[in-house]
Amino acid sequence: MTASMPGLRTETMTVNMGPQHPSTHGVLRLVLELDGETIRSASATIGYLHTGIEKTAEQKKWQQVIPLVERMDYLSAQSNSLAFSMSVERLMGLEVPERVRWIRVLIAELQRINSHLVWLGTHGMEVGAVSVMLYCFRERELLLNINEMLAGFRMFPSYIRIGGLREDLPRGFHEAVREFLDRLPGKLDEYEDLLTKNEIYVERTRGVGVISKDDAVACGLVGPIARASGVSYDVRRVFPYLGYDALDFEVPTRPDGDVYSRYLVRVAEMRESVKICRQVLERISPTGAYAVDDPRVTPPPKHKVYTEMEALIQHFLLYSQGITVPAGEAYVPVEGPRGEQGFYVVSDGTNRPWRVKARSPSLLACQALARMIVGGMIADVIAVIGSIDVVMGDVDR
Amino acid sequence: MPEAHPAPPPITDPASSLEIPVLTTTVEKMVQWARRSSIWPVTFGLACCAIEMMSMSASRYDIARFGAEVFRGSPRQSDLMIVAGRLSRKMAPPLRRIYDQMPEPKWVISMGACASIGGVFDNYALVQGVDQVVPVDVYVPGCPPRPESLIYGIVQLQRKIAQQKLA
Amino acid sequence: MDATALIGSLAEGAPGARVEQAPSVDGQPTVFVEPADLLAVLAFVRDAPTLRFSCLADLAAVDFWPREPRFELVYHLVSIDLGQRLRVKTRLAGSDAHVASAASLWPAADWLEREVWDLFGVVFDGHPDLRRLLMPEDWEGHPLRKDYPVQIRMTPRTSEPVQVTEAEFRANLQRDRLSRQ
Repeated sequence: MTASMPGLRTETMTVNMGPQHPSTHGVLRLVLELDGETIRSASATIGYLHTGIEKTAEQKKWQQVIPLVERMDYLSAQSNSLAFSMSVERLMGLEVPERVRWIRVLIAELQRINSHLVWLGTHGMEVGAVSVMLYCFRERELLLNINEMLAGFRMFPSYIRIGGLREDLPRGFHEAVREFLDRLPGKLDEYEDLLTKNEIYVERTRGVGVISKDDAVACGLVGPIARASGVSYDVRRVFPYLGYDALDFEVPTRPDGDVYSRYLVRVAEMRESVKICRQVLERISPTGAYAVDDPRVTPPPKHKVYTEMEALIQHFLLYSQGITVPAGEAYVPVEGPRGEQGFYVVSDGTNRPWRVKARSPSLLACQALARMIVGGMIADVIAVIGSIDVVMGDVDR
Repeated sequence: MPEAHPAPPPITDPASSLEIPVLTTTVEKMVQWARRSSIWPVTFGLACCAIEMMSMSASRYDIARFGAEVFRGSPRQSDLMIVAGRLSRKMAPPLRRIYDQMPEPKWVISMGACASIGGVFDNYALVQGVDQVVPVDVYVPGCPPRPESLIYGIVQLQRKIAQQKLA
Repeated sequence: MDATALIGSLAEGAPGARVEQAPSVDGQPTVFVEPADLLAVLAFVRDAPTLRFSCLADLAAVDFWPREPRFELVYHLVSIDLGQRLRVKTRLAGSDAHVASAASLWPAADWLEREVWDLFGVVFDGHPDLRRLLMPEDWEGHPLRKDYPVQIRMTPRTSEPVQVTEAEFRANLQRDRLSRQ
């Protein structure tokens, strides 16, 4: 069009999005070069939330790292502490009791539902469906109530510890979880009613932000994004942990690779998580073992600390000196809400970690963002950023 | 000669049901009331505290009751900056720039431990307290603070505004 | 496929590569590779039909100061098709730490290598755009090295440096004025 109009000077316009922007899900800076409404090139700058968690973790004792890593990917907090605990337990050669494994599965799946609800709410709000955000956050409040029941804290309960759990399940836990699981599928149907066949939503998201199957794998995007592009890779299936191989669930996969597919995959994942939670809830007894029975790792129960000398000494040593992890390295991946997460942990045989490196799925998703938006329109950038579900705390650590 | 108009009805206590209810006050009180009842925050959510801030604006804790439900995207249209989350050294210049772009009168709430004092992260990457960069009116502790804590912080800010002089 | 079988197939695919097996507690086969052979070995494991490690999951660097060799780079690879994992490690000396960039093999390596350069100071030869990723661009030092302090005292910078000089600004104005005439 411009070639047929002589004398018309065109140039591309450079637009800066962020780091403070209502829709960038945190502090991400995108510099876009626009030709009209089409994006010619995009470059992302990150690091605005770099917290030095990995460096700080080298100064803390092993148990003290758990609250740090929970705040890293703050929407899948308990997946983080699960991944870290599992890596350290593998290094120490600990086997947690079966009940603890099932409780961990339950917590991880509830965390997946939690994270996907926040994703759905914010993504819906950005695309224009503002009421979806209020509904999702309402469901999320029930999950935060469950967290609060576990450890008194809404977002970062630090309930999953090295060696098991912090303490036994509270009274009323099973009822609360069952009530939530009975309520959620109906609510998910409501949200799907609002979005899935909504013409506006489909127009905004179908064919937008496409990434092909090979590109997704080469960019390291192993998670819901890759599953929406046709890569049926789920760490729970391929490298099972915590007893997932005994559970019956599907891994939703779609072939198209656009924003709409990612939406469908994540909503389907929420339903699968409900299925997993129901199966697991039956296998958890209301009281029982909550940690591995190893005095090097698990503090003794409080009533013994007050009466027995050995328990007092053990408690003191565990909380002043910390646990000692044999030298070596371990990396145990888990399937977090954003994909494969894990902590590459290096120990030098003392009570502090030598190196904690987080495998961050959001970092690679952010990197692939430029690939997905080039050639599209600027209005689609918001939909794509929403669909890749980046958490800047995980990107920048 | 036309009759004089009848005297207007007396302005009395609004509790009395037959009179016109009118309140007399000062301009200062009116302005203070208007300012504190419609504090519009700018979206400055950085990290985990931003999620609790979103929970606060959602239906359970509902900040709209206090007039602050409209989170403006542009700092030029907002009164309040809730610094929700950890401030890294790279982010400090944009923070200062957003603060400078807000028109007077403006207030800052430092939400959470990281914004107030650096939080759990005492290291090279974080600014240990946003008051090194912008002046803060209310500090809300917590990691992250419960939405009720943040609402309490906003109510405290409203009390502070109620005492601010106009000039 | 365990590490021994892998090393056997490497002998055919990447001849001359000095590879040694390492113990691992988490069930992932781990091999040590010399830095000069790293790119050849990574290319082989990506393309070999029995291995097909098409996904670079993570690139971690560990600083073992004051031990020499100081740095260890750890590549975590995943084969999506065959459901296998592999860990490839290489050791680099502290002074002048260089290694070939894997960005030509996996686009994921681009930012992962930038992060290692930013936080550790390891140079990746052949990287398209090696600059800081997480720290501000004019930061000095590589924070995750063991000889870098955890806590520092520094007044936060509250303004960004101006991006054009005055001469450039005036030149831009002049150019705009001329083009409008």
